[in-house]
Amino acid sequence: MSDAPAAAPDEAVSAPEPPSRHGCPLSDSRGQVVLHPSRQQYVGVVRALLDEGFEMCVDLTATDYLLFPERSLPVEITPERFEIVVNLLSLSAKERIRLRVQVPADDPSIDSLFDLHPGTEAMEREVFDMFGITFNDHPDLTRILMPEDWEGFPLRKDYDTGTIPVQFSTDFGARS
Amino acid sequence: MSIVDTIRAGNEAQQGLKPRSELTARELLREVGSVLRLSEADAAKLGDVPADPNEDQTMIINMGPQHPSTHGVLRLMLELRGEEVLRCKPIIGYLHTGMEKTGENLTFMQGGTNVTRMDYVSPLNNELVFSMATEKLLGIDGDIPERAVWMRMLLSELNRMSSHLLFLATNGMDIGAVSMMIYGWREREEVLRFFQKVTGLRMNHNFIRPGGVAADLPAGWRDDVLKLLDLIPPRLEEYDTLMTGQPIWRERLQGVGVITAQEALALGATGPILRSTGTAWDLRRDMPYLHYPEMDFDVIVGSYGDAFDRYAIRLNEVRESMKIVRQILDRMPGGDYRIQDKKVTPPPRARIDESMEALIHHFKIFTEGFKVPEGEVYTAIESPRGEIGCYIASDGSATPYRIHVRAPSFVNIQCMPHMLRGGLIADAVAVISSVDPVLGEVDR
Repeated sequence: MSDAPAAAPDEAVSAPEPPSRHGCPLSDSRGQVVLHPSRQQYVGVVRALLDEGFEMCVDLTATDYLLFPERSLPVEITPERFEIVVNLLSLSAKERIRLRVQVPADDPSIDSLFDLHPGTEAMEREVFDMFGITFNDHPDLTRILMPEDWEGFPLRKDYDTGTIPVQFSTDFGARS
Repeated sequence: MSIVDTIRAGNEAQQGLKPRSELTARELLREVGSVLRLSEADAAKLGDVPADPNEDQTMIINMGPQHPSTHGVLRLMLELRGEEVLRCKPIIGYLHTGMEKTGENLTFMQGGTNVTRMDYVSPLNNELVFSMATEKLLGIDGDIPERAVWMRMLLSELNRMSSHLLFLATNGMDIGAVSMMIYGWREREEVLRFFQKVTGLRMNHNFIRPGGVAADLPAGWRDDVLKLLDLIPPRLEEYDTLMTGQPIWRERLQGVGVITAQEALALGATGPILRSTGTAWDLRRDMPYLHYPEMDFDVIVGSYGDAFDRYAIRLNEVRESMKIVRQILDRMPGGDYRIQDKKVTPPPRARIDESMEALIHHFKIFTEGFKVPEGEVYTAIESPRGEIGCYIASDGSATPYRIHVRAPSFVNIQCMPHMLRGGLIADAVAVISSVDPVLGEVDR
């Protein structure tokens, strides 16, 4: 909580206008470029970046911020429960850019990148499988790692991990 | 319809390949056309079999998950017309053990034991990328002692050699050069023997840790590496005689499982698969980390994008890795092997006997771990299979809030349907083998 207000005036001093790219706020995370598009801007921004030379979608994943809503984000961004994290790579410019898109808990859905980056097919399925975020217009949105009839989404923070009792050597009982 | 209903409504074969009669033309077009970036007209031509449910023109069969050449538990659903593969869908998840969830409950100190088990053929690369991500979050990525950095490079390159030697063994076995299997495993074992001497274990080392490495190199390590470097080149010559120039081997691999640069980029393929298409992309050279910019080595590139190129690239990458290892031997500095930052490094054993505070500190760092400032980073390195990345979001506690590993095999496996399409079922084994997936990393 203490980080967010401290960072905001700092930026205001160094740059009067907050940094942005393709109309989305830009931030810096340990020297890495992070873009924060809204859900509506998301596909358009990825398309614009593709035209700019970010030809590979290296990674697509998500984070459930249920237990950590006070993470630092640019002031314009309203934190939501879920975040889609996309890492794009430009081979020609040797550059990386990361997109963090806020996805609300009451409507966990976002457009699919499949038509721009077909390689996200499995990654989006994994996010659906683990977080229950649906991807509109994904060609085959089914569970990929968990069994088909599994209930619940394991990487959500409210998903109970459960425990396996550890048996200590004093109580082995008879072996059958 | 809610998500849960969507799942409940699905039948048993929801994840599987749909029979052609249930497939719409649009679905087929998206399956094929989107990857190939074709126009609709061109893509329609690729849906070559007329959808006629009354005629038994095609057959869907399962290959795996218990097939010896699927490198673990990969299941491929193949649609065949005679011996020709029309469509293919890899079905994964048989080895899923929730390692990313486990990672959220382990401290940064313990995390190494978890990530090292993902790609169990190149564990040291997994540990390296995890350690680099943690160090970046801690802000100590520039302060790692020189000796630790060079040791990391040494181990990472030797690991690349052992991983590629294993590939040569399994590739030989899959294609029928069974003696190659024995040779490949034998040479890999020599490398693993060195790992055992250094780390104590053949695999799953947990040796590269945030802040440096776990221990210094043992006495006589240089001689062991030199012995290894003398031993392997003549063996690689033998492989050349046995396989590279051999007509049967070439017939079996050349022109099989072709993928173009455009497709590889669209699918996010990295490593030898991307390089086989002629795209010279190697993170060690293009987005360097550690001391790779100071190393003299070549990025091996293919030109046809077929299974033979991928074989040849890996064979020659062993040679390049040896070149790097020789340079590392010349430049290995002395000094600390882990950062002298009391926050992340436990006190040395000797201090524990003389200082109560050191004992308490030692106890606390192992039971509670160290706190990592809040933030999120993505780091990537070149593993033998391609770009392995680690995304960590930290909330300021001693465990990662979210840890995600971008596994190269998980992404590379998506190339298989495109490599297999239009090929023969007998070549499927050669194609799977040339992608070289490690299922532990695919399923995590």
